[in-house]
Amino acid sequence: MSAPFMSLRRCCQRSALLIVTRRPRSSSSVSPPPPPPPLHTRLLLSLTQRFYDVEMLLSWRSQWRRKGIRKKNAYYGYTQRFYGSDLAAAYYVLSMKGAFRFVGQTEWYCPDKRGKFNWDFLNHRDTQLEEVNMNYTLINYTGLVNLEEQRSLRTLSVRGCSEVDDWFLARLHVLQDSLEELDISHCPHITTGGLAALRNLKGLRRLDVSSLPGISSPGLVIILLEEMLPQCQITATGYDLSLR
Amino acid sequence: MSTWRRLHVKVQTTRGLLTSRPVTQRHTWLKGHVLLCQSLSTCTPLRNDFFKDLEAQLAAMRKKAVDALPGSSWSALEINPNLPPERADIVIVGGGVVGWSIAYWLKQKERVRGEVKVVVVEKDMTYSQASTVLSAGGIRQQFSLPENIHLSMASADFMRNINEHLSVLHEDPVDLQFNQSGYLFLASEDVAHIMETNYSTQRDAGAKVALLSPTQLKEKFPWINTNGVALASYGLENEGWFDPWTLLNAFRRKAISMGVIQCCGEVTDFKHTTNMVMTADGEHLGLRRIHSVKVQMSNSLEYQPVECAIVVNAAGAFSGKLAEMLGIGLGPKDTIAGIPVPVEPRKRYIYVFHCPDGPGLDTPFLIDYSGVYFRREGLGGNYIAGTSPEEAEEPDTSNLEVDHQFFEDKIWPYLANRVPAFEKLKVTSAWAGFYDYNTFDQNGIIGIHPMVNNMYFATGFSGHGLQQSPAVGRAVAELILDGGFKTLDLNGLSFRRIMAEEPMLERNIV
Repeated sequence: MSAPFMSLRRCCQRSALLIVTRRPRSSSSVSPPPPPPPLHTRLLLSLTQRFYDVEMLLSWRSQWRRKGIRKKNAYYGYTQRFYGSDLAAAYYVLSMKGAFRFVGQTEWYCPDKRGKFNWDFLNHRDTQLEEVNMNYTLINYTGLVNLEEQRSLRTLSVRGCSEVDDWFLARLHVLQDSLEELDISHCPHITTGGLAALRNLKGLRRLDVSSLPGISSPGLVIILLEEMLPQCQITATGYDLSLR
Repeated sequence: MSTWRRLHVKVQTTRGLLTSRPVTQRHTWLKGHVLLCQSLSTCTPLRNDFFKDLEAQLAAMRKKAVDALPGSSWSALEINPNLPPERADIVIVGGGVVGWSIAYWLKQKERVRGEVKVVVVEKDMTYSQASTVLSAGGIRQQFSLPENIHLSMASADFMRNINEHLSVLHEDPVDLQFNQSGYLFLASEDVAHIMETNYSTQRDAGAKVALLSPTQLKEKFPWINTNGVALASYGLENEGWFDPWTLLNAFRRKAISMGVIQCCGEVTDFKHTTNMVMTADGEHLGLRRIHSVKVQMSNSLEYQPVECAIVVNAAGAFSGKLAEMLGIGLGPKDTIAGIPVPVEPRKRYIYVFHCPDGPGLDTPFLIDYSGVYFRREGLGGNYIAGTSPEEAEEPDTSNLEVDHQFFEDKIWPYLANRVPAFEKLKVTSAWAGFYDYNTFDQNGIIGIHPMVNNMYFATGFSGHGLQQSPAVGRAVAELILDGGFKTLDLNGLSFRRIMAEEPMLERNIV
């Protein structure tokens, strides 16, 4: 019963094929030529013929982005010369949309959603920063030069910063005497090799290494970190430590 | 109904035969019987059916006709596609990390796309004897020569921004697996003063190093036995170890994406002309100029002479042998022609061992004053150790066989002395590699040879070629394209010191 049905189907397929194959052969085509593709399609097709130009444009885009990050993290030399290194560090933190607290004060200075901040911090010259919160900012290795003079910095939080990597952790040795609390959770570019650089921070008491996607065997790394920093309390949540 | 169907299909199939339809559509017809596109046989046919194969045969004939006519790419002479091009601007002999770094920087620095045609010739694509992949992969700034410190610092800067330099569009980013653990040098009483002078040189050059007393050392690394240690020098930043194979492949991938041609072959000869001149001392000197490089294909008698303007010798441990092909060093003694390129291969062993109670994540690359070094490998309690043998007991360099007794005699006692936990260890594996050892003063040679005025040398690094390779590549590219060093002044590492016999000794060789 299915045999005639199958043969009918195949017949229809063949007739469809007939219609399809007829067109390239016959010079006198009955159907009109296909409409030219729309403008954006034509543009994309012409771009596929120009690989090196597209490659150059894409590399310009990434260079532009990197240049932006470099400019943001530049050395605030002018501010340092005229206002002192502490105010320069404070200004740097605020420009990067981070927040900080001076030594001996309880008030936090932070910018609002649009990046505007209160200039009152200029009144406190030569007061070091005690706590700095740079969560979800673009701080990187070169930006740390603005915080190098802060010898009383106790807390640094760089949670979720996409530019923080192993070299940044290695450079934290400049704060080795004073740093007590460090939060580097959710940073995508940190790997185990960078965590080894935390051995220099001998004053570290609290460390947060939660949800680091870059470390390969988190359970083992956390145990080794605890052995490396015996006086430090390590928080490491967000890992799937079940035995597979 | 069925007759109409049969007629329709017959018309269909004849039409199909006249057009060029893909052969995969199977339609057979026998006189008076229709088989609709279904293969009803269960085994291969016993005889070749003429009509069944007719379609395929006609298609093959058509293809052969198209190939034979002019305009197709078929030719009777089979040319080996792996041969290097007949002409190139710069031929780099040696496909290790130094060679590919030079190739990358040459392409990076060219002002117009396609300005220089660079060919890299490597004789062994498996890199089984190459020093690059067999090295321990460490990078340090703790040298005594300012040039070495600057080279390492520039290389560390390069590796920090490696994705900015070596990322290729739509490929994975480069992950060097850099362990930021630092180097720890231990000094005994008699060499402590050398360490102090080195420390001030390193600090002046900008390296971040700290000096530790024995008590501070014990406090920082409780697993060290500080007997006999008078002073320790510890690198705080930009020091550690990484994966050399990743760096090599990153350079290679980026250089090939920028247009460098890779060739697998061995350089066996140079075609050069000699111009005899009289030097100021009255001796006759044959100044050579290379015109072409003979590249021999592996396992074959085929060769290709590559005409080139400049040759770069980055052949590592085999650079001395390459220079001999030009007659460097074969002249009478006490003449410029009689001084060979002082680079020869020296075999060094590396042993991997497992120690369950060894030092943890913070183990630096520790180098004892006896010459023994070790570092952590991975997270499972494995370590890598080695040492440089005495001059008199250099092992034979004809092969890369490992002498396991060497570990028991020369390494283990010092390891166990320095780290008591290493009294219980088990060697799991070992390998050997060549140093491109500079017998003159164990530092790299970068520059043109006075006798061959278009051959550049970048060799003789004696164990620290890998860590200096990005900066050396940039330096050689500056020499070739700009005519002189622009970023780092490495004139101290040129051939002049070898001709004048003024060694620039490094007091911290490992």
